[in-house]
Amino acid sequence: MSGRDRVRLGHGGGGRLARSFLENEIRTRFRSPALAALDDAALLEIEGVRLAFTTDGFVVKPPDVPGGDAGKLAVCGTVNDLAVSGARPLYVSLALIVEEGFSMSGLGDVLESAARAAERAGVQIVCGDTKVVGRGEADGVFLTTAGIGVVDHGVSLGTDRIEAGDRLIVSGAVGGHGAAVLAARGELGEMTGIASDCAPVTDLTTALRGLGRDLRYMTDPTRGGLLSAAVEMVSGLGVGMTIDEPSVPVEGPVAAVCGLAGIDPLMLACEGRVAAVVSPGGAGPALEALRKLEAGRGAAVVGEVVGEPAGRVVMCMAAGTSRLVVLPEEDPLPRIC
Amino acid sequence: MSVELAGYRSGRIVQGLAARIGRILSGRRMRIMHVCGTHEHTVSRHALRSILPDGFELVSGPGCPVCVCPAVDIDQAVRLARGGAVLATFGDMVRVPGGDGSLETARAEGADVRIVGSVTGAVRLALEHADRDVVFLACGFETTACTYAAAALSGPPSNFSMLTSIRLIPPALDALMRMEGVSLDGYLLPGHVCTVIGLEPFEPLAARGIPMAVAGFEPVDVLQGLALVAEQAATGSPACDNAYGRLVRRGGNAVALEAMASAFVVEDASWRGIGTIAGSGLVLRPGLEPLDARRRFGLDEETRPDSGMPAGCSCGLVLTGQAAPSDCDLYATACTPADPKGPCMISNEGACRIAHVFDEQTGGR
Repeated sequence: MSGRDRVRLGHGGGGRLARSFLENEIRTRFRSPALAALDDAALLEIEGVRLAFTTDGFVVKPPDVPGGDAGKLAVCGTVNDLAVSGARPLYVSLALIVEEGFSMSGLGDVLESAARAAERAGVQIVCGDTKVVGRGEADGVFLTTAGIGVVDHGVSLGTDRIEAGDRLIVSGAVGGHGAAVLAARGELGEMTGIASDCAPVTDLTTALRGLGRDLRYMTDPTRGGLLSAAVEMVSGLGVGMTIDEPSVPVEGPVAAVCGLAGIDPLMLACEGRVAAVVSPGGAGPALEALRKLEAGRGAAVVGEVVGEPAGRVVMCMAAGTSRLVVLPEEDPLPRIC
Repeated sequence: MSVELAGYRSGRIVQGLAARIGRILSGRRMRIMHVCGTHEHTVSRHALRSILPDGFELVSGPGCPVCVCPAVDIDQAVRLARGGAVLATFGDMVRVPGGDGSLETARAEGADVRIVGSVTGAVRLALEHADRDVVFLACGFETTACTYAAAALSGPPSNFSMLTSIRLIPPALDALMRMEGVSLDGYLLPGHVCTVIGLEPFEPLAARGIPMAVAGFEPVDVLQGLALVAEQAATGSPACDNAYGRLVRRGGNAVALEAMASAFVVEDASWRGIGTIAGSGLVLRPGLEPLDARRRFGLDEETRPDSGMPAGCSCGLVLTGQAAPSDCDLYATACTPADPKGPCMISNEGACRIAHVFDEQTGGR
């Protein structure tokens, strides 16, 4: 068996390799219409009640990224997928796979952090599972969460509602989680002062739902960052999107890490941000509603939905130039110099 | 965007410089080569080729360290990793195929391959894994070579060694200038390399009548450098200009140069796709043998001619500006970013990879 026949890290990443894995190995075998959209959460209707349902696995290395440790991330990741689907997140499950010999107090810290995040997000952790595997059979602790939430009457979000002239809004500076992971891994040398943006986005999505029909679609730009989120949003649509690079908020330390690594901050994961498409008239009220919240103070309009090129994203740079955005095959790696 | 960066990306200044290059050209054609992967990164990320005037061609030379690293060096690294050593290297090296897979595929088979951001990260791994051999694949140009020298001279732990694959830019430019079929009007010199070695090593090359200027890595930097090269070419006054004065000194960085001279000696070296260039490599100096992974693990005997170029691959011509990526029969058919054959399709800074992305961006194919 050659290396090409094996599962690579990129198959679980945010690039095209991961997308082709979903198309070739997942979609061909699991044919539920609820899965077909491959959206943040599956939308289900059970006896007149609309539910959002999602799950996520967390194998983050290192497990103690400042501001985004494994426990907090596991809860926020699932809560946020529900929230951006338009749901009120309610219940979360938590399953643990722990390596034999892992520190009990370390595990306690992970669980404590998960509990605090759940409380902050207003969800209850209601079921779970614990498995311990032999030393060396897992790396520390892996977490899996699943969650359900209720989608209220009148909430109707989808990429099919996106129209030319709509605006793309982000709720705050992008790339914070990805930069914190890069810094914490130590691959770029000793770095301090970069914390993950990991947080529940429920307050932000609740504020945006107040826009009613002016809110078209929401997503959380996790793996692959804002650019991947934008590309996925308009993929297959009859409209495209422009992103005005100078308008995208990026914090100084994040820009510095990205400059060193040769990685675009717009392609780094956020774990506490919302990217929302709103009607032209909804942009002002959306910014106002978001900026009233501590977590939304950095909200900005960063792009616009355009007629051409259909299904594509165009990045407009400060230099007055523009280019079509093409997602990389695999997650970007820090470059040599 | 920070205030400082905003100035170096200003649309007004960038467009003004592009117009100035157009005026300098006033109808004539010009072909300039850059020799730095990060220049290519800036040019493609900010779509600068789209605003360069008609008749002005900016081509990508052998400035991507990932592209020019010989397959035999990758093979040796893979062999050491499969043999049980911790193999540390930069992120963009792990996907480069040698004759027998890449470090990434070796890792998928169980080898311990770690990504580090600098040689310091590799030394730290050696301290953390005192019971294992930690080998750093030390590839790159002068920019990173000075950091390897500092590590080599600072008494690293005894389980640490380096598999060196260090290449020097001035001898490569010299070789390019002597190569038949290479026709260029000037060179944009690499800002990082010149920060370390200064401009002096390039002055004898410019004195042979070739326009040159060093530039930094923001859009304004690159266009300023190109304008200087174009000006020299148009007026027939070749020189070695500095458009990166905020970092580059004529004499370079004395501390870095001294460390490199203390740690390394110059050797002839092979460049993937180009061949052997006299005096274009650095290897550890006598006295530092314990740090040399080839000696420590007896790899030298296994050295064989570089077999890393697949049949039909034109990377050698692309790297020397003699062919465009699209001239290659494999380009975008047998050789794609998803399944690269030649080195220029592998790295994000490789000319074929960038051309492919650009084609996708413009719907060019």
